[in-house]
Amino acid sequence: MTRRTKVPEEIHHEIKDAKYIGNGKKSMLSRRTTGDIIFDTINLIIMILFTVVTLYPLLNTVAVSLNDGTDALRGGIHLLPRMFTWDNYKAVLRKELMPRAALISVLRTVIGTVSSTFVTALLAYVISRKNFVLKKQLSLLYVVTMYVSGGLIPVFLVYKSLGLTNSFWVYILPGMVSAFNMLVIRTYMNGLPESLSESAEIDGAGHFTIFIKIIFPLCMPVIATVALFTAVGQWNSWFDAMLYNRMSDDLTTLQYELMKLLSAVTTSGKGQTAQSMEHASGMVTPTSVRAAATVITSLPIICLYPFLQKYFVAGLTIGGVKE
Amino acid sequence: MAKASTSEKKQGITWKQIKSQKVLILLSIPFIIYVIIFCYVPLGGWLMAFQNYKPKNGLLHSQFVGLDKFEFLFSNDQFLKVIRNTLAMGVINLVLGTVTAVLFAILLSEFRFVRGKKLVQTISYLPHFLSWVIVTGIVFDVLSTENGIINEVLVATGILDKPFNFLADPKWFWWIVGFANVWKETGWNSIIYLAAITSISPDLYEAASIDGAGRLAKIWHITLPGIKPTFFILLIMNIGNVLNAGFEVQYLLGNGLVQSVAQTIDIYVLKYGISQADYSLGTAAGIFKSVVSLILIVAANQIAKKMGEEHLF
Repeated sequence: MTRRTKVPEEIHHEIKDAKYIGNGKKSMLSRRTTGDIIFDTINLIIMILFTVVTLYPLLNTVAVSLNDGTDALRGGIHLLPRMFTWDNYKAVLRKELMPRAALISVLRTVIGTVSSTFVTALLAYVISRKNFVLKKQLSLLYVVTMYVSGGLIPVFLVYKSLGLTNSFWVYILPGMVSAFNMLVIRTYMNGLPESLSESAEIDGAGHFTIFIKIIFPLCMPVIATVALFTAVGQWNSWFDAMLYNRMSDDLTTLQYELMKLLSAVTTSGKGQTAQSMEHASGMVTPTSVRAAATVITSLPIICLYPFLQKYFVAGLTIGGVKE
Repeated sequence: MAKASTSEKKQGITWKQIKSQKVLILLSIPFIIYVIIFCYVPLGGWLMAFQNYKPKNGLLHSQFVGLDKFEFLFSNDQFLKVIRNTLAMGVINLVLGTVTAVLFAILLSEFRFVRGKKLVQTISYLPHFLSWVIVTGIVFDVLSTENGIINEVLVATGILDKPFNFLADPKWFWWIVGFANVWKETGWNSIIYLAAITSISPDLYEAASIDGAGRLAKIWHITLPGIKPTFFILLIMNIGNVLNAGFEVQYLLGNGLVQSVAQTIDIYVLKYGISQADYSLGTAAGIFKSVVSLILIVAANQIAKKMGEEHLF
């Protein structure tokens, strides 16, 4: 900073110059120097490159998924399919576990998100009550879990003894209350005017009424954010399906099925060779089927997220405010 | 009377309070039971690391072996390699991730085309919402020796004469993981930096312009100092996570050829703990990770405090 401090005369000089240009402050600022033009051009190029690098692999996957499988092996498919077909999608949907996996994925996302968001908000409500005698103890009990956890093996054994293995509830119960989300919601609740719940209490409303009728609706922006994060987490997780429900095919999820397709391709190492799949027309390959499965699995999220953008940006900034 | 009131204060909780808050207290009970079952009971499982745990004997009747499991871990070449891999990838991810996020946030905030800015930003978040299963699939496709775009470009520009299988070469694995992370998270990680840049007073930039500062000078002297507090907070939090940054990608992307560099602590725990049912060894490795993470986050926090920078606690 000190290096750049100007000698007073210099500043004086410049201010005079600025005055000289007229009501020039603005015109002086908006004047683009050569340096500006070079900077903006380089920046534009970087941004275009960034966009291409982000989008190309995704568009390429879509193109491969819509292209005849054996034809795709010849290469040269970039952004558009060469031999258009729906066969890869049909092959995915005909796969034995796919409809079931899709159902479980939807169920766990819906049930998991609704229950977790509601229950976490309820905890945040309890903890945000002023003068509540267990306020400190309860919040400490949860905050500690953000930093220390039992780890994979102890958690696995506890879930097993609770009967959560080979069970749908392993997708729902462990994530039911999230300490981090609770803190985010509580921070928001603390910002609400206290008079609201006080006057309701005077009117004789109980805690359930105050929470459901007053506080919960007022917290909608932060609730939406938390719900969005939870839903994405639910939809995208595959590890719990593999770890706890490996033996139960009827509890598989889309991500886990996709993961199996992926590891089938990598372990054989010959993903691109034309091993036609028995039950299909002979035109699909593991690679093209995987491309179609990838598109199906990511489509719900890609369609939704641009509309939810304002929520997660707001949520991140609330989350960034530490207490 | 006076005596009663002091004893009330000492107790902290009075019967009167309990009576008037009984609904809240009743509501708390399920939450207390929940957190004990799902978070604290597993912590009790740490005992296993000091035992020769056998499921049929249970936690109470298994034989205690002291620090044997830890001694075995640290005299084991494979585990030392696992620590090295986890640390290396954690640090690469942290450095690459932070640098790209800061750089992207700055460039985006300097981007002059308003509509383009919104579009680029929206696109940049997209990969964050895709699962690692999908992203790993994309990495395979992009790096494939048959029709993978990277090899196509490298061969077409003459950098390589024939396609190279990056995924089979241990030298490249850490960097592939690093860049996969960059592809997935740069846009997302930049959100918080962008918010910090937006909160810098425009007066500062105006004053600098009057002083004749160019764009780069303004970035260097105003933007970067402006995001410094955010930078330090995120750095501390991420340093605590360095050892956590190693499961999904490595598990999905690794193969026999690169196993020596791909295996991380979490994968080791999964392999020995679950697949080979050596619960005690797996738990010991898990404890090691948790303890080191805690030490790292506390140390980073203390260093930031000493340097007079923003800190967490």
